[in-house]
Amino acid sequence: MPEHTPGGPGDGAIAPTGAGGQMDIATEGAGPGPAPGGPEEGGFGQPRSLWSDAWHDLRRNPVFIISSLVILFLIVISIWPSLIASGNPLSCDLAHAQDGPSPGHPFGFNGQGCDVYTRTVYGARASVTVGVCATAGVAVVGSILGGLAGFYGGTWDALLSRLTDIFFGIPVVLGGLVLLSVITSSTVWPVVGFIVLLGWPQIARIARGSVITIKENDFVQAARALGASDSRMLLRHIMPNAIAPVIVVATIALGTFISLEATLSFLGVGVKPPTVSWGIDISSASPYVRNAPHMLLWPAGALAITVLAFIMLGDAVRDALDPKLR
Amino acid sequence: MGRYVIRRLLQMIPVFIGATLLIFLMVNVMGDPIQGLCGNKACDPATAAQLRREFGLDKPVWQQYLTYMGHVFEGNFGTAFNGQPVIDLMAAAFPVTIRLTIVAIIFEIIIGIALGVVTGLRRGRPVDTTVLLLTLVVISVPTFVTGLLIQLLLGVEWNVISPSVSPEAPFNELIVPGLVLASVSLAYVTRLTRTSIAENRRADYVRTAIAKGLPRRRVVVRHLLRNSLIPVVTFIGTDIGSLMGGAIVTERIFNIHGVGYQLYQGILRQNSQTVVGFVTVLVLVFLVANLLVDLLYAVLDPRIRYA
Amino acid sequence: MLLEVRDLHVEFRTREGVVNAVNGVSYEVDAGETLAVLGESGSGKSVTAQAIVGILDVPPGRIGGGEVLFKGQDLLKLKEDERRKVRGAGMAMIFQDALSSLNPVLSVGQQLGEMFVVHRGMSHKDAKARAVELMDRVRIPAARERVGQYPHQFSGGMRQRIMIAMALALEPSLIIADEPTTALDVTVQAQVMDLLAELRRELHMGLILITHDLGVVADVADRIAVMYAGKIVETAPVHDIYKAPAHPYTRGLLDSIPRLDQKGSELYAIKGLPPNLLNIPPGCSFHPRCPRARDVCTTDEPPLYEVSGTRHSACHFWRETLHDVDN
Repeated sequence: MPEHTPGGPGDGAIAPTGAGGQMDIATEGAGPGPAPGGPEEGGFGQPRSLWSDAWHDLRRNPVFIISSLVILFLIVISIWPSLIASGNPLSCDLAHAQDGPSPGHPFGFNGQGCDVYTRTVYGARASVTVGVCATAGVAVVGSILGGLAGFYGGTWDALLSRLTDIFFGIPVVLGGLVLLSVITSSTVWPVVGFIVLLGWPQIARIARGSVITIKENDFVQAARALGASDSRMLLRHIMPNAIAPVIVVATIALGTFISLEATLSFLGVGVKPPTVSWGIDISSASPYVRNAPHMLLWPAGALAITVLAFIMLGDAVRDALDPKLR
Repeated sequence: MGRYVIRRLLQMIPVFIGATLLIFLMVNVMGDPIQGLCGNKACDPATAAQLRREFGLDKPVWQQYLTYMGHVFEGNFGTAFNGQPVIDLMAAAFPVTIRLTIVAIIFEIIIGIALGVVTGLRRGRPVDTTVLLLTLVVISVPTFVTGLLIQLLLGVEWNVISPSVSPEAPFNELIVPGLVLASVSLAYVTRLTRTSIAENRRADYVRTAIAKGLPRRRVVVRHLLRNSLIPVVTFIGTDIGSLMGGAIVTERIFNIHGVGYQLYQGILRQNSQTVVGFVTVLVLVFLVANLLVDLLYAVLDPRIRYA
Repeated sequence: MLLEVRDLHVEFRTREGVVNAVNGVSYEVDAGETLAVLGESGSGKSVTAQAIVGILDVPPGRIGGGEVLFKGQDLLKLKEDERRKVRGAGMAMIFQDALSSLNPVLSVGQQLGEMFVVHRGMSHKDAKARAVELMDRVRIPAARERVGQYPHQFSGGMRQRIMIAMALALEPSLIIADEPTTALDVTVQAQVMDLLAELRRELHMGLILITHDLGVVADVADRIAVMYAGKIVETAPVHDIYKAPAHPYTRGLLDSIPRLDQKGSELYAIKGLPPNLLNIPPGCSFHPRCPRARDVCTTDEPPLYEVSGTRHSACHFWRETLHDVDN
């Protein structure tokens, strides 16, 4: 039976990184990446582990450095937004509604007369929190369930496969609309919970696949023959080797989760006011886009750069970790 | 081949039941369908209780699910908030979304594959780097932002298109919304084709084809492309379902009265019949698309066909 | 002369530097003659063949210089479209791994028939009939029924027969077989090799047989060219080489063949590793592994000394090496 490509990306849906193995977002020509061996033998130098090798490559990859710096900046301002924005995102003055840029308000004002710069800076928090927490949750739940299913096989595996099929059968944005529309909490946590609920099967498939591949390797078979216990096999031999594809897919998924949060907020079911979110601001700016495009462009630009940074980071990590490119 | 089809059909059944049950639970457990029926006012308790009995809502959820599914198989999807049968809403909405999806898929196939082939064959050259960068940007900018920007530029600033689509939604008005809907997938198709072409380009059988003295065009089209497109076709096939489900954002931006619009209305008004009905059909579309992809896969790859 | 390769140079540009895969190779093949090109993997024997046929990956590969004269015409000077017409029709290539070298999604009939459609402009129907004939010719049973099947439905030996049939399709005057039997079971190897030799005789074609297996060579080859680090180190008629090699490397290759009459004694192996082509040793490139190496070998690159009218050796001490065997 051919492998399914899991749910594709609709509007801001979870990206189809299930096919991620093939979907390399390689950045050739972007700088010295991993050096392929020559057409003939001639390998030299000390053999290094996958991780130190990857780190060696990453440190020299400008894409990785730039995206890491952007992400670092985003994390810092999402923790301490007041570092670069002195105003209060919720103090608005209708007298300034839709005004363009003015001294002290470089991005202008939005429809409610709030300072767009301040709101754009404060909006990072919701995005980063959702991205990081949802990814962590998805990665933990997905790799545990997928890893166990791959390791033990049989009934559990079959059950998990059917369960992931079911979750892939539900369009993500629709699921979000249905589930989140009744929630009144204005925090980011319902969104995080929803993404974990619908996102884990993607990671579970990857983890399952890589555990199965590694399980068949000689060194694991050797450990089994030597009488290693199940938990030792999993923790010491399988997980360290199976985790690389999970990390790659999770990093790229982080970007798509941020995009998903914004999409849900745009539709009015994600994060709700008074929490500041780029999605909400884009949504409320869209009716006035003709007269005051700045209201839309700043949060949209911030959102795009954030997602781009995470996707490029995931790309660079994949290039570094993908043994096929070595 | 026949047995393969039957096995895949049988595998679809639990997935269909699981997915629809999940949606049914979400709608019924999370929201109060009666509240939706009373509109914005609070329901009179006596009326509410009577309505509950009438709709069988006092029964356990699994029983409600079975009753509902029984009705669905008779073609009865219940009634929407305004008393219209849900099936009528579907009859109006699905053709629109199907047209939109067709436009999107055509964009994916033509532009996505063409760009993928060009970049895959010229890996590392300026064309490749530029297109790769563009796909990254398209993937990174959420569709609703792309949609709003395109609407702003083409519809409002330059007046090339009408910013909102008329209720009949003919094909020509759906070109730009279709492109917006396709944008992210299109970028993925480009990358997938590119990777696949670049991987297969060095394949032994391509070398054989060159050694046979075939013209370059024939090597690329008949040997390289035929093999490289197998994963791409799979992706595009599975994407049909996701596009229809994801059309909600695009439909909202361009005011298209399709599936997404009806669903959005249903959710806003907490009309569970509409929501469950539409989602059930979408899940079915998704599963059938997946099945077709598997069959297409078998047609394209003889190693699967004769396995 | 059917094919003359003169002073061919091929290099690959990699991120680590320029890999000199072929460094001035010259050899020739006459019609009806079989030349065996021998060497370890990485010696440049396959790359030379790819450069002759014109299927080198460019880039990273690049032909640095030399001539490939096929029936007196320098192929390297031809336009790509003229060159293409020579491929398949004038010379054909048989690859090592038939499974990966055949297109998995096209039937063998389509892949064989394609030769006639493209080069001879035949209709698909006629081409299919010719495909069946070809399959008969390479003795694939039930050819008519199997012509519509796909490569994965054939056994390894049958697949290699299909590769051979494809190469023979247009009855080219030169066949280049790159390790044609290496991927096959030992029992099948002899059958496929015999078939190839027989068809070559029938069609009076030249054959370049690239291999690292000296056992295969003795039966079918007329002459042998031994390659090391992208150079020819010895050429000779096949019997002379088996009798008395004139290069220590050839000697080492011969000594490392297991032989029944030496049962019980330790198997000989050439010490050291094949050279790193990014950094080929100065002087004689074999000197770090050579039991006969002297100071001169580390500094002076040996030319191809003429041993006899038909023999050459690139060893400063070819006399001593030849003589050694007689002891």
